[in-house]
Order: sequence, then C-alpha cells, then structure tokens
Amino acid sequence: MESALAIHRFHFAFNITFHYIFVQLTLGLALLIFVLKTMAIKTGDERYNNAARFWAKIFAVNFALGVVTGIPMEFMFGTNWSRFSKAAGGVIGHTLGMEGLYSFFLESSFLGLLLFGEKILGRIGHWLAAGAVWIGSWLSAYLIVATNAWMQRPTGYTLGPDGEILLSSWWALVFNEWAFWQYLHTLLGGVVTGSFVVAGVGAFYLLLHKQEDMGRLFVRTGVIAGLIATVLVAFPTGDQQGMLVAKYQPATLAAMEGHFETGKAVPLAILGQPDVEQGRLDNPLLLPGVLSFITHKRWDAEVKGLDAFPRENWPDNIPLLYYAFHIMVGLGTIFIAVMALSAFQLWRGKLYSFKPLLWALLLMMPLPYVANTAGWMTTELGRQPWLIYGLMRTAEGTSPHVSSGNALFTLLGFMGIYSLLFMLGLFMIWREIDHGPASVDQPESPAGY
Amino acid sequence: MLPVIWFCIVAVMIAMYVVLDGFDLGAGIVHLGVARNEDERRMVLKSIGPVWDGNEVWLLAGGGALYFAFPALYASSFSGFYLPLMIVLWLLILRGISVEFRNHIDNRIWKPLWDTVFCFSSALLAIFFGAALGNVVRGVPLNANGDFFLPLWTNFQPGPQPGILDWYTILTGVFAFLTLTLHGALWVNLKTENAIQARARSVARFAWFGVAALTVLVTIISFQIQTHLATSFQNLPLGYIFPALAIAGLAGMFVFLRKGADDKAFYASCAYILGMLTSVVFGVFPNVLPAVSDPNLSLTIHNASAPEYGLRIGLMWFTPGILLAASYTIFLYRKFAGKVQLEAGGH
Repeated sequence: MESALAIHRFHFAFNITFHYIFVQLTLGLALLIFVLKTMAIKTGDERYNNAARFWAKIFAVNFALGVVTGIPMEFMFGTNWSRFSKAAGGVIGHTLGMEGLYSFFLESSFLGLLLFGEKILGRIGHWLAAGAVWIGSWLSAYLIVATNAWMQRPTGYTLGPDGEILLSSWWALVFNEWAFWQYLHTLLGGVVTGSFVVAGVGAFYLLLHKQEDMGRLFVRTGVIAGLIATVLVAFPTGDQQGMLVAKYQPATLAAMEGHFETGKAVPLAILGQPDVEQGRLDNPLLLPGVLSFITHKRWDAEVKGLDAFPRENWPDNIPLLYYAFHIMVGLGTIFIAVMALSAFQLWRGKLYSFKPLLWALLLMMPLPYVANTAGWMTTELGRQPWLIYGLMRTAEGTSPHVSSGNALFTLLGFMGIYSLLFMLGLFMIWREIDHGPASVDQPESPAGY
Repeated sequence: MLPVIWFCIVAVMIAMYVVLDGFDLGAGIVHLGVARNEDERRMVLKSIGPVWDGNEVWLLAGGGALYFAFPALYASSFSGFYLPLMIVLWLLILRGISVEFRNHIDNRIWKPLWDTVFCFSSALLAIFFGAALGNVVRGVPLNANGDFFLPLWTNFQPGPQPGILDWYTILTGVFAFLTLTLHGALWVNLKTENAIQARARSVARFAWFGVAALTVLVTIISFQIQTHLATSFQNLPLGYIFPALAIAGLAGMFVFLRKGADDKAFYASCAYILGMLTSVVFGVFPNVLPAVSDPNLSLTIHNASAPEYGLRIGLMWFTPGILLAASYTIFLYRKFAGKVQLEAGGH
C-alpha cells in the first residue's frame, strides 16, 4: 500500500464505508418511523407514537453521524480525485449539488420538527413531518445513487475536442436506467438493516423480560417489514441489477461469479475460491445451468467468461470482488429464510415466546450491515479498472500532486476521529436502548430549543 | 455571461455562509469567556441551536455550485489546499458533535469537555478560513495544467514557493479570528441579557479596535501583495461601493455599540463582513485563483468554467432551490427572534 493510487482508493473506501454504516439505518428507519406514525393515526393506539418517538431518537444520533461523515465525501472528490473532478465535475456536480441544496436542507429542517415539534404540530402535522423526513432522505439517496450510476454507466454526455466530458442531457443523467434499479436495490438494503435492527431490539427486550409490550410491537413491525424487504431486495431489484451488470459490464459479471471460460449452460458457483493465476475456481460447489438462466433466462444460453475480455479490462481484485458478491447473496438468502420463519411463527402467534428465533433475531443485527457493505464493495470493485466505466481509468483520476505520504496522513487522521465517533455513537444508542421506549417523552433538543 | 452569473452566485453563497455561520463560529470563540456557568452556556448554545446547521447549508450549496459551474477550479483548489481542507473537515466534525452530544449526559466532566472542544474548534476554523482567503488573494504556484500543491508552511514568506501559512496569511487568519470574535460577541450581545450580555458587550468593544486597526493594515499590505487589486478598482471605480459598505459597517458598529442599539450593531457587522468579502472578490475578478509566478497561468472564470449547457440548466434547478433555502432561513430567524429564554426547571 505504498503507492499514492492505492492509498487514495483505500482512503475513499474507508470514509464512505464508515459513512454508510449510519446512512443505511437512517434510510430504513425513515420509512419505518413513517409507518409507525401512520399506524398511530389509523389505530389511535398511543404505543405506536411511543415507538416512533423512541426510534426517532436513534434516528437522530445516526443522522448526525451520517451528516458529519458525509460532508467529507463531497470534499474528497476534489481533494483526492482532482483529475476525475476536473473531467467529470460538470456532469456529476449537478446531482451532487442538488443533493446538497435540496435534500440536506429538507431533511435537517424537517428532522427538527419531527424531533421537537410534536406538541406544536399536532397529530397530522407531526405525521407530515415524519413523511417529509422520509421523502427527504430517500430523495437525497436517489441523487447520490444517480451519481454512482453515471460512473457505472455514463449517459447524457459528449466528448469535447481534448477528450473532456461535457454534459449534453441533464435528463439522461438524472433518469439513468441504471440508477432506477440500483436505487431500489440500495434503498431496500437500507430497509433490511432497519427491519433487523427494530426486530433485534424488540427481541432483546423480550428475552430480558423488560418493556415486553414494546418488544412485541418492535418484533412484529421489524419482521413484517423485514420479510417484504428481504424478498424485494433479491427479486426483482437484485435480479434486475444483475441483468444490467450482464448487459453493460459483462467482464464484471464474469469476475463476480468466478466464471473464467466462456461456455454454454454455465453453472452457478455457490462456494469455491477463485484462482486468478490458474484461471479456475478451486473447490467449486456448482448448480448446473443456473448462471445461464439468471443472466439470459435460458438454461443453455452462452455466458462470456473472463477469457472473452482483454486482461487489462478485468477488475483488478477479482477474489475480493467474488467474495464480496457471494457474501452479499449468501447473507441475503439467509435473511429471507429467517424472516420467513419468523413471520410464520408470528402468524401462528408463537414468535414472542419462541426463544431460539428471538436469539437469532438479536444476534443477526450486525449481518445486514455486512451485507450492505459487501454489496457496495461488489459495485465499486466491479467497476474497476474504470473510474467512469469505459471512459476513465481509476489510475487516471487521482490528484497528481497529493503524495502518498500526505494522503496516508489524512487517512490515519480520519481513522482516529472515526474511531472516536463510532464509540460515541454506540454509547449514545446503547443509552437509548437501555433506557427503553416505554416512557419516552418529548426529548429536550440537544441545543435546548 | 453565464460564467459571470455563476461567479456572482458562488461569491454570494460564500459571503452568506461567512455572515451566517460566522456569528455561530464567533459565538463559539467567546463561549468559554462570556458564559461562565451552566445556565449561561446553555443560553449561548440555545441562541445558535436552531440555526447553526442551516447556516452550514450555505457552504454545502456554495461548494456544490462551485463543483459543477467551475469544475477546474474545484479540482485544482481542493487538491492544492489538501492538508488545510482535511483539517477543516476534522474541525467541522468535532464542532458538530460537540453541539449535538453535549446535552445528552449531565455531569461535571462531560459538558465542560464538549464546551472546550466547541470553543477551540470554532476558533481554529475562523483562523483557517481567514488564512484560506489570504491564500486566494496572494495566489498559489499554479502550473500549466492548473494544478498546485501547498505544504502547510515553508519559510513563512509569500514568495514564489509559499506555504499555506506565511506571515501574510497568518495575519489574515488573525484578522478573520478577530472579525468573527466581534461578530459572535455582537450576536451574543443581541440574544442575551444581564451579566452574560455585559461581558459580550465589553468583548465586542475591545475587539472592535483590533478589527479597525487590522482592516487598515491588511488592506495596505494586500494591495502590495496582489497588485491586481488596484487594477480592478482603477478599471471600474464603481467597485468602490464595496469598500464603502465595509467602512460604513465598521463605523456603524462603533456608533451603535455606544448607543446600545444591539440589533443595529449586529447588522452593521454583517454589512462590514459583506463589504470586505465583496471587495476582495471584486478585486480578484476575473481571476478565481491567481498564480504567483506567471499571471497567464491564473485560473479565471473563463478557463475554469463548465460549458454553457451545464451552466444554463444549473440555473433552472439552483434558482428555486436557493429561493426555498432563503425563505426558510428568513422564516427560521423570525421564529427565533428576540432574546433567548431558558425554560424553567432546566434540563
């Protein structure tokens, strides 16, 4: 890791992975809080309002950490990737700028109303504030995903005489076909995290025999939302996302699947270790014909292997890409099974006292974070060796005068500060969970207004 | 024409940011000094609590506009000012969490700890922002690709190979620190009563003399360091309205502070900051980042801007967004107008 390129890549990866820990939960909770507020109005049951207040406090801690770790991301395009920014800033500056101006401002203004405005706003007004926070954070996510989607599949541009990238259609940038499925897949991933966290905290209360009334409500909400989200994140959104990769980034698809040789009726590898030097998969566990079917919806279809592409266009870390993808898919499958089983026991009325499943829900809380991170690693490693797919290589995008020593200095600085933030964040969230939701009052504003 | 419009928009956004976030940075600088007990500290924090993160939106929106309207400037300056920008980010993070987390736990080491972090990060941010402005006025060693990289310091001389910090930019950093101290003290003076208000007022009176002296000194030196400033004012004498606004603001602060017209004194400080910043921007125009060695290498609004299509469509989405942000800002400040009241019973 002594080259500047490697440090710039790891620096960005570290910052954005840490940022996304908080973001994925806020994306999921934003929807679930709105659902709880809606249930409170429909049923008139005050417990839903209690639950919404409790999760809004957890949301607020995550949101604050998401904002303070998000601002560096906007800077890092310029500080660490200046050649990329100079070439593409006239395009992706639009989606990033819109995010900064509209969504951040929407969320932060309405979040204040959600947290501290319940008495002033009344029932309907407060429900609308929850809705605005949900729409705002999901709109914000769209503009960020659209930025990434443009890097995965650039559209709406022309090339100038010196090879500079010029925006030619704002609409094509904002309504990129790739952005649509990637957005739904990403957001549902956030809902999976939110559902597992809500259900897991509920299971925690039930196992402790503490605040069991709320525990049951959390488990019920988390399991129902979780079943829907875990299914939808795989089908149709994950499936469609895979089809787009097959269509626009065929070398990436081959690398993700550890598929080295072009052939017909290609099997899907469930397990195995890619051996890039020998060009084969060691110790494979294969499902015959399945890869052909999921990419082309025909069992005997031809799927191009890595051998069909020039070596300089292969993703540069095939084993990590392969593992990231398989970890995401493997965990996603387990999530569907656990949520389906929990939903079945819920329907039978036995879930609240069925300890093994409650334990499973509790212990699985960290896993959606792993799956979401692995998903983003698949996206970003899969795009390599390109920074903008087909247009600019990652090695051509860095800041030419920021040396590896200076980049490492700031990377270490961020690691230090983020360790502190992580401990503080966990501590704050643990305090809320330990205190419990039963008697949550209107919280005092952190700044006392 | 479009690059000029976007240049003005970015300049206004940054000026708005400095005026608005400037007073909460200033309130942070004077926080430990003027607020001596828990109630007084809560009063200072409560005076900025509802507005400080909204104030930072102007920085984000200005940065976003800079990114798509002048991508070459964004790329060059962000990578060239790499180290100070990263340090600014660390300070913004520490300052943000100190406000957010302070009131979560009520004990004798937690709150004073975050109060101290809040104060020092605010002070360092003010100094860094001032030094950054000094760097833009002095210019940077741009190469033919429009790139540069500045170490934090070299020999502390504003020569052909300067660092971020030289004696001139340290001076502008101190100048910004004093200006925002004054701005923040006037804000606290406006929003509080009794002992804390009296302390804020005497800080403001002292700081005023420092600001007045440095205004004269930094202006004289700046015209020598960056000769383009004089050229701009000679070419278009209408530009003198910007320094005139600054002088009026400076005089206004003195008079209104004497009279006890707290709100007018604060507005005069806003006018002073706006006048000073617009003077700098006018003096540097049409450069956006001057080169120290060869003026032909300077980044200007023409060689750093995005093509016309992007600038035109940018106006379509930016205009409604910024009008919305401006009306929300006005609404927020009207809603929280008047002196800060602590609710009975405290926490």
